[in-house]
Amino acid sequence: MSIDAAASPDRAIERVARESYGRLVAYLSVRTGDVASAEDALSEAMIRALASWPRDGVPGSPEAWLLSTARHALIDMMRRQRVALATAESASLLRRPDREPGFPDERLKLLFICAHPAIDSAIHTPLMLQTVLGLDAARIASAFLISPKTMGQRLVRAKTKIRSGGLRFEIPERRHLPQRLQAVLEAIYAAFGIAWDEAGADESGRDLAEEAVWLARMVLQLLPHEAEVYGLLALMLHCEARRAARRGANGEYIPLARQDPTRWSAALIDEAEQLLVKAAQFRRPGRFQWEAAIQSVHAERIRGRATDWHGIACFYEQLARLSRGLGARTGYAAAIAKCNGPQAGLAVLDEIEKTSERSLFTVYQPFWAVRAHLLEASGKRIEALEAYDMAIGLSRDAAVREFLHGERAKILSPAV
Amino acid sequence: MQFAFLIHESPEAWETRPRDQSDPYVAAWRSYYKAVVAAGVYVGGNPLEVPETATVLRVVDGKMQIQDGPFADTKEQLAGILVIEVPSLDEALEWGARCPVTSMGALEIRPLAPATHRKITE
Repeated sequence: MSIDAAASPDRAIERVARESYGRLVAYLSVRTGDVASAEDALSEAMIRALASWPRDGVPGSPEAWLLSTARHALIDMMRRQRVALATAESASLLRRPDREPGFPDERLKLLFICAHPAIDSAIHTPLMLQTVLGLDAARIASAFLISPKTMGQRLVRAKTKIRSGGLRFEIPERRHLPQRLQAVLEAIYAAFGIAWDEAGADESGRDLAEEAVWLARMVLQLLPHEAEVYGLLALMLHCEARRAARRGANGEYIPLARQDPTRWSAALIDEAEQLLVKAAQFRRPGRFQWEAAIQSVHAERIRGRATDWHGIACFYEQLARLSRGLGARTGYAAAIAKCNGPQAGLAVLDEIEKTSERSLFTVYQPFWAVRAHLLEASGKRIEALEAYDMAIGLSRDAAVREFLHGERAKILSPAV
Repeated sequence: MQFAFLIHESPEAWETRPRDQSDPYVAAWRSYYKAVVAAGVYVGGNPLEVPETATVLRVVDGKMQIQDGPFADTKEQLAGILVIEVPSLDEALEWGARCPVTSMGALEIRPLAPATHRKITE
């Protein structure tokens, strides 16, 4: 890693923190089995860096300096707390002075621990964002719509479980890998999904999307033979490619169908397409590859081609078979409506209503948005108005609300 | 668990009051109310009249003092109350995130205090 020695010490710390945080936490926690104390030791090392780097200058290898300082802090902490070290081996590994310029990259093991089946799946993503990327708990809490205090407690609980629950820091065996990897990828995608929802609100949403893409690239680098990793990265890049086109000049929401494809990023679409081709070569389809395939069909518009809705409907069907989730089934309804008319789409939505928990679909915004649109298209104005109300009432984004409000108003005064 | 949504509106939000449902903010509230009721979490609530209509009473040095205007002299003023019933704060925050006021002021979410309520009412 190269750090410009002339840069201010604060900037240097910030950069090391960003580029090496996860690697350092992973290296330390894999050796002690304790994520929380690895984080504490690292933050102590950062505090010491803030005190000593401005005085003594930024060390030649800031990362090695931080690791060595964190390692000593960890040993001190263990002595103070008289905590029995997990194994004699971990103690010796911790004590061994760090002479080698690089150290093994253990972040994959850290990702697998964060998305371990013994850890509540709702906390997988927050845990990852905190331990691998060093995001602060307050930012994570806001993104996940959880109070900062509660988020803090849940993170602590998860880390306690990692430490005392006998969870092993390891790359899962071959036979468990696909399932364990799926949990890691789901957690990364959840971070991306949050950023996606937030994107209209402020710039910070963008950061989280970038972090998710960064994590997926890292996993791809460390596990280059897993089709779904390619699928996930392809999916996120396809979405990223449209970021600029999702909002108008005044911040208004522009749905996919009305986006100007010339505002999409051709470079990102190309990269996503190449990843998807690579994924297909493994002949192991999965959720992320199907989702990426759907986005790939939409992306055809950049080449001036009409959208192949039959292809999209078929991919959604595959997805729904995998998960039975509301998202896949709602997407299928929208695609079928494009192929066979609004009535066909409404029939699918009715089926969802009959077969899902009422408490689930009543608060699922896309369900109502699609329903409103299809009711309107089939001339059922009164029902369409009500469905629009639900879609607006369940939206978190003011720009989406305004867009839907505009659509609803068109029913009331069709002349506009 | 019941939660009170204390809706604090910015002056821009107050200005939408006299407008009809073609105003996006007014319309958003209308739709939000429908969604809250449809989801079965609505307990009660009401908007409040403008802050200038407020009257504050307190006893100072043994004498009742009555003042015109709102209790707190802040930019964002209490504009209404909504009470919902959901399993936990997590769901309350989800409903809070959908509330139109968050882009036109601030939303304070507080659990109701049933234990205190019992002491007073029993």
